[in-house]
Order: sequence, then C-alpha cells, then structure tokens
Amino acid sequence: MKTALSRIALLGFLVLAPGCVNVQPWDRDALAKDAMKPERDPVTLAVREHLWFSREAANGGRTVGGGGCGCN
Amino acid sequence: MNSCLLALAWVLASVGVEASGKATIRIGDKFPNLAEFGLEGDLPALAKGKLVIVDFWASWCGPCRGTFPLMESLHRRWGKQGLVIVAVNEDKSQVAETEFLKQHPVTFTVVRDPRKKLAAAVNVPILPCSYILDSNGKVLSIQSGERTMENRAVFVKRVEELLAQQSLSKQ
Repeated sequence: MKTALSRIALLGFLVLAPGCVNVQPWDRDALAKDAMKPERDPVTLAVREHLWFSREAANGGRTVGGGGCGCN
Repeated sequence: MNSCLLALAWVLASVGVEASGKATIRIGDKFPNLAEFGLEGDLPALAKGKLVIVDFWASWCGPCRGTFPLMESLHRRWGKQGLVIVAVNEDKSQVAETEFLKQHPVTFTVVRDPRKKLAAAVNVPILPCSYILDSNGKVLSIQSGERTMENRAVFVKRVEELLAQQSLSKQ
C-alpha cells in the first residue's frame, strides 16, 4: 500500500514538475496588473516597513539587510 | 533509488529544455526581417544610410510608457537625418494599444505583433527593449529595461554616434 502511494506521488511529481515554465516578457500582461501586486497600498507598505525596522532594529526593514544599529 | 534518480533526471532535462529556449539576439547578429512576421501596420522603407531603432513595448508595461517620450524626441530631432523608429507593440488586445496611442500620440511608426512571432524570434529578454540596427539589419546596439536618467543619456549619445557613422557611410 505504501509503495503504491509513493509510486502515485512520484508519477504525479513527474507529470507536474516539467510543467514549470518561464513566462516570457511579452506574456506578462496579467502579472503586471495591480491586482497581482503583493502590496497594493504604498502608504500601508510604508507604515509596515517603518514598524518593522523599529521593532527589529534593522535598517531597511523587511526587504533590505542592514547593520542592525537601529540608528534611523 | 534508481527510479528516484531517473525521475530527477527527467525533471532536470525537462526544465533544462524549457530554460535553454532560443538564443537571444546579440550585437553583431542579423536582426530578423520585420516583413516576415505578419506585423499589423505599415513598415517604413529602409534605404542605405538609415539607422533603425526597433523598440518592443506594451501598454501594460510601466517602463515602456517612459520610453515613448524619449523615442518621440529622438524621432523629432533626427528623423530627417535618417533615424527610423519602429515600435513593436506586444499587447494582446488591439484596443489597449489604440487607447494608449490616443493618449500618447507619436510621429514614428507603430506596428503590432499580434501572434508574438517577432518577439519570440528575437527572444526579447525584457520589456522595453530597443535594438539599434543599420539598414542591412545588423544589430549595432541594444538597450533593455527601464530608462533611467543615466542610461537614457548613454542611449541618446549612442544613437547620435551611430547616426553620424551611418551618414558617413552613405557618402
């Protein structure tokens, strides 16, 4: 039973994994839509960034690494 | 164990085939003949001594919108001296292109690549992407991505230099 399940899982992996494709630059219109942005509101983003670096004492917050001096 | 290795090889081979794709056109290569790709719109006649910029763009691409005023200024400045600009639109919908051009009217040639055949043949690495060609279709320079103040100045200078060279070769 365990072997059968693992074989099914392997088969599924083999079928699905090669389906990964690179979206060509000229086909990225849907990805460029506002709805696809992980953070749509720039004000909220700025507030979150500020909270993040204040709490973590890390310059640049979530996305940019810093020295951790918390000096700004 | 063997079957796992086989599976891994299959996946890597499949992904490798996808990633390798077609070779990107580089400086010195011959650019594909624009007339062979069923582009919508009239292509300009290319005579000896002309310098051609083929610019790939789409209305949904933010940096492409920033390229348009630059192309327009180049065309107004050097159009009469032999600079030909062909902007190749990659929008899926013609309506999107028309709406964009209504808001940003231009004097250079705009054609549409409805089946993306030209973009695929050139293997455009990123939008926007500008290829500068001589009148024989040889790629002289390539600039891709957002036009910042710095690379914009470099691009304009390059166009000016190549235009001077083309004018000399015509004489």
